[in-house]
Amino acid sequence: MKQAENKAEYVIIGNSVAGIAAIEAIRKRDKNSRILVITREPAKAYSRPMISYYLGGKVSIRPMMYRNSSFYRDMKIDLVGETEITAINSKDKVLTAADGQLFGYNKLLIATGGTPIMPAIKGAKVKGVFNFTTFADAEAIKEYVEEEHVNEVVILGAGLIGLKAAEALMALKKKVIIVELADRILATTFDKKASSIIEKSLAKQGCEIVLRDSISQIISDKGKVSEIELVSGRHIEAQIAVIAVGVRPYTDLVKSSPVKLNRGIIVDSAMLTSEADIYSAGDVAEGPDFFGTGNIVLVIWPDASRQGTIAGTNMAGGSAVYGGGLAMNSVELAGVPTVSVGKTDPQEEGYEILEKADLKNSFYKKLVFKDDVLVGAILVGRIDRAGIYTGLIKDRISTSAFKKDLLSDDFGVISLPRDYRKHMVSESDVPIMQS
Amino acid sequence: MKRIWINEEFCIGCRLCEVHCIVAHSKSKKILKAFKDEAVRAQAAVCVEEHGYVSFALQCRHCKDAPCLAACMTGAMSRDPNTGAVLHDEEKCVGCWMCVMVCPFGVTKPDHEKHKIASKCDLCDGKPACVEHCPNEALVYEDRDETSGK
Repeated sequence: MKQAENKAEYVIIGNSVAGIAAIEAIRKRDKNSRILVITREPAKAYSRPMISYYLGGKVSIRPMMYRNSSFYRDMKIDLVGETEITAINSKDKVLTAADGQLFGYNKLLIATGGTPIMPAIKGAKVKGVFNFTTFADAEAIKEYVEEEHVNEVVILGAGLIGLKAAEALMALKKKVIIVELADRILATTFDKKASSIIEKSLAKQGCEIVLRDSISQIISDKGKVSEIELVSGRHIEAQIAVIAVGVRPYTDLVKSSPVKLNRGIIVDSAMLTSEADIYSAGDVAEGPDFFGTGNIVLVIWPDASRQGTIAGTNMAGGSAVYGGGLAMNSVELAGVPTVSVGKTDPQEEGYEILEKADLKNSFYKKLVFKDDVLVGAILVGRIDRAGIYTGLIKDRISTSAFKKDLLSDDFGVISLPRDYRKHMVSESDVPIMQS
Repeated sequence: MKRIWINEEFCIGCRLCEVHCIVAHSKSKKILKAFKDEAVRAQAAVCVEEHGYVSFALQCRHCKDAPCLAACMTGAMSRDPNTGAVLHDEEKCVGCWMCVMVCPFGVTKPDHEKHKIASKCDLCDGKPACVEHCPNEALVYEDRDETSGK
């Protein structure tokens, strides 16, 4: 076995939110040990969700940087860019990179995130077919749009990534057609009513949504996308196809190691994998679910940050515990803000639903209860105090005494029982009132 | 750390805290100018909630383990290393409303006009205007033992 010359107490693979949160947590407890960050990407950490704002011309590169320029220096980080780790030897604690470099670790964090799922589509290996998850993707689309005088765009997939890509390309005055296999957009986080509001708002802005359909073939002209054929037989003229059917955990590097894998890398509530001293966090990890129903891969920013903090704390000798992954999303589309948290559309028996809607004015509020405990919420149109609902879900308290107030327009902290609001603990653990 | 504490029993719902929060975050820092002349008036970072006879003024709690810090995807939310306050950089904010989604107190509020988080409590550099102008000590700014959770 070759020995790695390049060794560090902490090695973090991946340089997005989970990795950064881990760095910050480690440095709270350990100011000096060496931290090595290895990333496939070239640059310092940028905010991935911001790529749609960048493509749409709403922000420049600088505001996309997730931390300020002195971050790596302040945190004493050795950053190794454009390096892909391909194998982990957990016995000797050595990592191998694609270019043959070796890295030694004492504690390892795998925070490699997700990678786009690429369905097998006939004719897809031509210019003009893109994914939309990295800054490089956004740059490539931006360039292609300008150089090739793109007018029409087909987006496959009406999840968050697809819709944000649609919004950015609409901001660039392109004709956008979204093709989605499900019977509605944002099918995993929304219910039918919420989806229909956003579908209508997008349509009003000129975006066409084709449901229950998919791309069967990409037709090209001189090696560039020229036409899209749908499974339904319809042909659409387009110069770009953005494939956004989802991401999968980027787990290739652990496949030859004993680290246990399901869909993602399996972690416990300490973010520890099946192997000693190897942790995982963020979109690549599969951790315990908030509702205690097993493990899930949650692909959301706040959760990746939380997991990174927990992993980092524990790597540096602390004892932080993950409270379980709770799905939540905040997204504004076609000018309509939305928030969805927890179980938004349960199909099983035993749930109570309270809702209020004014679909004409793009307003919808839905609360889902199980045995008087709030377990899910959808807010569309007005989201101003959404976090209070999220807090109630996280605290799992009985709402029987104030359930009816939860739907009212002037609902606030004051609507909560006095005892609860005085000792609001939630995750923040901050006392709110005196006496 | 020093925090703003709320005595809801003392709050008379006068909303002077809101007025003085706006003044303190205005250009002129003068009450008449702030309200009469300044076209884009800052939104108050403190908000009085009222229900029948009960009222209290609520602003950012600057949580120890702040969910908004984890949720902020741009890095606009940050912790002041010296005061412990959770601060908001309006220039970095793009109005994704992630912090709105996770704030259990509902105090990070959207400004839908500017499409950014509305002025968030910054503790006025250690001299909160809402506390200073509260006529009845319904708001108190002090460091106290928090281990009891009270």
